[in-house]
Amino acid sequence: MTVDVGVGVGVGVDSAPGEDATAVDTPERKVLLSVRDLKKHFPIMKGVFRRQVGAVRALDGVSFDIYRGETLGLVGESGSGKSTTGRVILQLEKATAGTVTFDGNELTSMSGEQVRKLRPRMQMVFQDPHASLNPRMTVASILGEPLKEHKVARGAERQQRVESLLAQVGLDPSHANRYPHEFSGGQRQRIGVARAIALSPEFIVADEPIAALDVSIQAQVVNLLQSIQDELELTYLFISHDLSMVRHIADRVAVMYLGTLVEMAPVDELYSSPEHPYTQALHSAVPVPDPIVEASRERVILRGDIPSPANPPPGCVFNTRCPWAQDDVCTQVAPEWREIAPDHWVACHLVKERAVTIK
Amino acid sequence: MANDEPVLEVSDLVTRFNTHDGTVHAVNGVSFTLNAGEFLGVVGESGSGKSVTMMSLLKLIPMPPGEIVNGSAMFGGQDLLAMSDHELRKVRGAEIGFIFQDPMTSLNPVLTVGRQITESVRLHTGVTAKGADARAVELLDLVGIPDAKQRLKAYPHELSGGMRQRVMIAVALACSPKVIIADEPTTALDVTIQAQIIELIKDLREQLNTAVIWITHDLGVVAGLADRVLVMYAGQIVEEARVNELYGDPQHPYAQGLLRSIPRLDQKGHELASIKGQPPSLTSAPVSCSFEPRCPYAFERCGIELPKLFDISRGHRAACFWDMKEGRPADDR
Repeated sequence: MTVDVGVGVGVGVDSAPGEDATAVDTPERKVLLSVRDLKKHFPIMKGVFRRQVGAVRALDGVSFDIYRGETLGLVGESGSGKSTTGRVILQLEKATAGTVTFDGNELTSMSGEQVRKLRPRMQMVFQDPHASLNPRMTVASILGEPLKEHKVARGAERQQRVESLLAQVGLDPSHANRYPHEFSGGQRQRIGVARAIALSPEFIVADEPIAALDVSIQAQVVNLLQSIQDELELTYLFISHDLSMVRHIADRVAVMYLGTLVEMAPVDELYSSPEHPYTQALHSAVPVPDPIVEASRERVILRGDIPSPANPPPGCVFNTRCPWAQDDVCTQVAPEWREIAPDHWVACHLVKERAVTIK
Repeated sequence: MANDEPVLEVSDLVTRFNTHDGTVHAVNGVSFTLNAGEFLGVVGESGSGKSVTMMSLLKLIPMPPGEIVNGSAMFGGQDLLAMSDHELRKVRGAEIGFIFQDPMTSLNPVLTVGRQITESVRLHTGVTAKGADARAVELLDLVGIPDAKQRLKAYPHELSGGMRQRVMIAVALACSPKVIIADEPTTALDVTIQAQIIELIKDLREQLNTAVIWITHDLGVVAGLADRVLVMYAGQIVEEARVNELYGDPQHPYAQGLLRSIPRLDQKGHELASIKGQPPSLTSAPVSCSFEPRCPYAFERCGIELPKLFDISRGHRAACFWDMKEGRPADDR
């Protein structure tokens, strides 16, 4: 049914934080992962007794869902908390508050051993293929390790699996006994992808998987990620600062700023009609490789820099740079994360609601 | 803005690095011209020789292991490459300014911002300390640093990344140089800060008539800035064209492949056409086309002969034996 929601500042869809209806299972789409009010604060210690004097609020109350089979793009600038989100979801960092639920399992309340049992189903591709592959291990042992650890395959079978993984990511299976330094950056990232899919996962967090690669190699890795997604029916959280690439690969996109989500929408909607002033500014800041388009573009230039997450501004975190910030509300009250149109979420006082369909 | 009066003419520059693991042929015969007031974009991937080319001009590469084997760079009637270190020092910073990628490593962390600007002003123009301070305030104002007078006393670590890059630009502009060489000046910055810096450069170009060489790996950044673009690959210029022609009608398969392999913010993508393989290792001087192993158009000649930059149309050159317009090997090259 469709209901009109009151238009005005601070009025959103009625929901308590932690159980807001970011997503609902429908026959067409099933929630694989849901994140509710997730926080990660890193303590700041000082003095001889290392007393805590403050906290870096890397992640400060984030809620969203990822549906099975989709790619959710997570974009933001450095320091926005996008990598922390990925790491907390996979339990590489312990959440300060909030929940992460993966296919009905609440990871945030599980023991390490219980999470380890789920590990084969959720994996990560890291940014830097130089730092994330052990230089003293051959490719065969890098790819064989997860198979051994989780007792998936042994002996000749493991060897065979390693070779088929290499073939799957477009590398020569006969190179299995080489070391990482014998490969180029793009090839190393392929090894990183092979390791991530070794245990046939359902969900992969790809944290800036192409940022360290040359332009002509980026497309190769992105095409690989897309083809194995189709092949293995994978679900991705694709973390990137590259808005153009995210438009290319994602089904839905979430935009982060200073530890919070400011907007989330299906990809075409987010790129054609961004609602949050930050999303709009981010869009207009990305250069387009076309001089004719560039010549006619209007730019929203943000003033200043992203504030420190150790000392975020009161009210809306974006108010210090927002061209439309209003003193009475934006600097006082944190905006609610609300659905302004089906599947389109925004945290901004100034964005007016459209008719919201509640399923 | 740009006229056709050259301020810098580089011909046949060859730079090598003699390392323990053998010789790296970083720059292999690069020739180009920079006109007064012109904005020249230099695009290439890591290892394409774009930075080494520009650094070589002012002997800013470590020597040894670096070695400038051949070439000339005519600037104001003199060959930069034949100058003594003493003579070059008068050119660096005064007539040719530099902006580097990472302002944190290229600004001196123990000197105030003011000192770093006035140092170059006093050294090259011989004004008084007071005059140099006034000039520094004027420059910080020009590059959009608020409260310039107070900021003179700030140290680099007290400024944000974007502000530091503005200081770098102020240092580069300090002596009103004829040419500014900017090496990936926005690569270390976030996209909203990059937009601020690009906007600043656009403004400054309209105010000061300085020629700019802007080195980048990002085809998007130069699209809106440059008058002309050089595309480099494996230490050579493979294509040179006015900006609209390069993006609208690329003639070298590498430039074409690069443009097709990047997604665009303003378009929903088709599959990205990736370039197969990877850049060559540069351990030997090129004797045939360096792009041949990755090229979808390669034919027999490409593997045995080194293509020079052929004129395609006025001001548009490409180092390729393939005729992109006709879709067959060119007979006139």
